[in-house]
Amino acid sequence: MSQVSPTSDIAISLKGVTKIFGSDPERALDMLRRGVGKTEVQAETGNVVGLDDVSLAIERGQIFVVMGLSGSGKSTLIRHVNRLIEPTSGEIIVGGDNVLEMDDAALRKFRQTRIAMVFQKFALMPHRSVIENVAYGLEIRGVRREERLERAAKWIEIVGLKGYEKTRPRQLSGGQQQRVGLARALAMDTDIVLMDEAFSALDPLIRAGMQEQLLELQQSLNKTILFITHDFDEALKIGNRIAVLKDGAVQQVAHPEEIVLRPANAHIEEFVRDVNKARAIHVGTIMERGAFEACELAVPAGARCEDVLPLFADHRWVGVTGESGEQIGRLSATQVIKALARYSAAPPAAAVVTEAA
Amino acid sequence: MFPEIIDTRPLRRAIDDSLTWVVANWGGALEAAAYPLLMLLRGIEDFLVAVPWWVIILVLVGVAWLASRRWQLPALVLGALLFLGVMDLWRDAMTTTALMVAATLTAVVVSIPVGVWMSRSTRVRNMVAPVLDLMQTLPSFVYLIPTVMIFGPGKIPALLATIVYAAPPLVRLTDLGLRNVDPAVMEATRAFGASPSQRLFGVQIPLALPTILAGVNQTTMMALSMVVIASMIGAGGLGYQVLQGIGRLEVSRGLFAGLGIVALAIIFDRVTQAFGRQLQSRVGVQEAAR
Ligand SMILES: Nc1ncnc2c1ncn2[C@@H]1O[C@H](COP(=O)(O)OP(=O)(O)OP(=O)(O)O)[C@@H](O)[C@H]1O
Ligand SMILES: [Mg+2]
Repeated sequence: MSQVSPTSDIAISLKGVTKIFGSDPERALDMLRRGVGKTEVQAETGNVVGLDDVSLAIERGQIFVVMGLSGSGKSTLIRHVNRLIEPTSGEIIVGGDNVLEMDDAALRKFRQTRIAMVFQKFALMPHRSVIENVAYGLEIRGVRREERLERAAKWIEIVGLKGYEKTRPRQLSGGQQQRVGLARALAMDTDIVLMDEAFSALDPLIRAGMQEQLLELQQSLNKTILFITHDFDEALKIGNRIAVLKDGAVQQVAHPEEIVLRPANAHIEEFVRDVNKARAIHVGTIMERGAFEACELAVPAGARCEDVLPLFADHRWVGVTGESGEQIGRLSATQVIKALARYSAAPPAAAVVTEAA
Repeated sequence: MFPEIIDTRPLRRAIDDSLTWVVANWGGALEAAAYPLLMLLRGIEDFLVAVPWWVIILVLVGVAWLASRRWQLPALVLGALLFLGVMDLWRDAMTTTALMVAATLTAVVVSIPVGVWMSRSTRVRNMVAPVLDLMQTLPSFVYLIPTVMIFGPGKIPALLATIVYAAPPLVRLTDLGLRNVDPAVMEATRAFGASPSQRLFGVQIPLALPTILAGVNQTTMMALSMVVIASMIGAGGLGYQVLQGIGRLEVSRGLFAGLGIVALAIIFDRVTQAFGRQLQSRVGVQEAAR
């Protein structure tokens, strides 16, 4: 597991955040500290463990993806970042400020200006039109009416809902409503955006478009995005780093490729099994390193196998270039296929055992 | 017979004496305190009587059309108003309407804040709810008599009794409407940093408005159902005609005045309901009716 280097700029940092829902969190917390599992704690005390000692460091400018099955605590986790939920214990630092120490006014200011959120259940205001919904955050921030409507209109166009400005949310389909929620958060133009399954209701085509747009946005504006999904392919496509959550506890935090190639445990292995490996594996990992004669065509080391495969239709070898643009290795179709076969056909021993069982 | 466990006579006497004491020492002050209510009621009544009958018909029919955008409701309202006029009940109907409107206005001013307060805390709700139950179930004569003792027979005790009886549903429905606003939407308003008042006035109340309006509708109906009792202590109006009809065994007088009350009830019920439906579709909680 690669550690975040201490010099890097941390936008969001959670330290030992634990959340227990219920009437007697102290007792449940005590049990949890003694190593009792989530189900036993729930059975004995009736309290639900939402998050179990979660520590994450999210670098500025990253798209950080949190993955996990339904009920694993993803929504609970993301709500802690803007303190919609108070943790039972732990520390939350966003952009250098301790979120838990903010008073009401400071917290409101923080939410108005520095962090925006897309909700899993959209949470649009039924009594406001689409454009008024998108402008809501700006209105709360105190932006002038013309300016906020102008900005809202721009974002409505970007998410592909031009012409729906005056419509009521309930007259839209689920996917359209989700895009309104997306526009509402992005119109805030905050450095940090929290996205709770922001693309889950979109059809594959629009979803792919939105993913591209998100990547572009993050690259051009250097936004920090905490993105929640249960779709591993999506996580691989957009995530700079991925954290896997299970029963409220973090199982592994790593680069996408690393999670696919070296899953930390059987649970993650199960997740990874059906994943599109050509998307996860970068050419830099599997290339033939060394000085070869220059190839006609070269791709950067960070390119994905998925992107390189079509090039083999016309070329036997594809070069791989390093950061400064010089060729550092090369790759053939056979190598790619071998790599894909290796990571698919020879799962770690643990997975074979579970399959046999 | 149930055995006498304790002697309750001192308790009763204490209550009776304290009321007498209140009447003697506080009567004037209480009357002065209720004076604005009396002014409100008088103002409304004088206004309704001063306005020519055809203007009132025109306005109410217009409002009915605005509320429903169809011809049926205005026709119904026109018919009901013409009935009141033809049966020589116009003046009494205006008196009764004034009582109802004054009671409803006062109830709105008092009940909505109480409902808001209730919706914000379960403790307040647990305290206020039994009081509301009491206001609705306690036979009105029980509090009518002390109010008459304090204020003397007339419009003020009639108005107060009507308010006490008619206000509870509005409090309850305000509370219900505010509590029923989608928690996900309220969470979103918090996430964008809205202040408590921005959340209440910008989102919660607009979304609860159809329910609150249903409460106003209930309040007008309850107020109308009090008019006969209110007229026993000097409210006048259609209720007084009903009483006279009964007293003189003039069945026709009682019947027509009673139908007059029904006519008023129909007008106000249908018009507020139509507005409620319109509001619901505007708020987007529900599809427009048909
Ligand atoms: N307000 C609450 N009160 C009690 N328990 C809660 C509350 N909110 C969440 N939980 C519990 O916390 C756990 C995690 O819920 P959470 O909503 O974070 O899951 P999730 O990972 O977002 O799931 P999904 O993918 O279905 O959205 C669940 O067991 C849930 O029952
Ligand atoms: Mg969730």
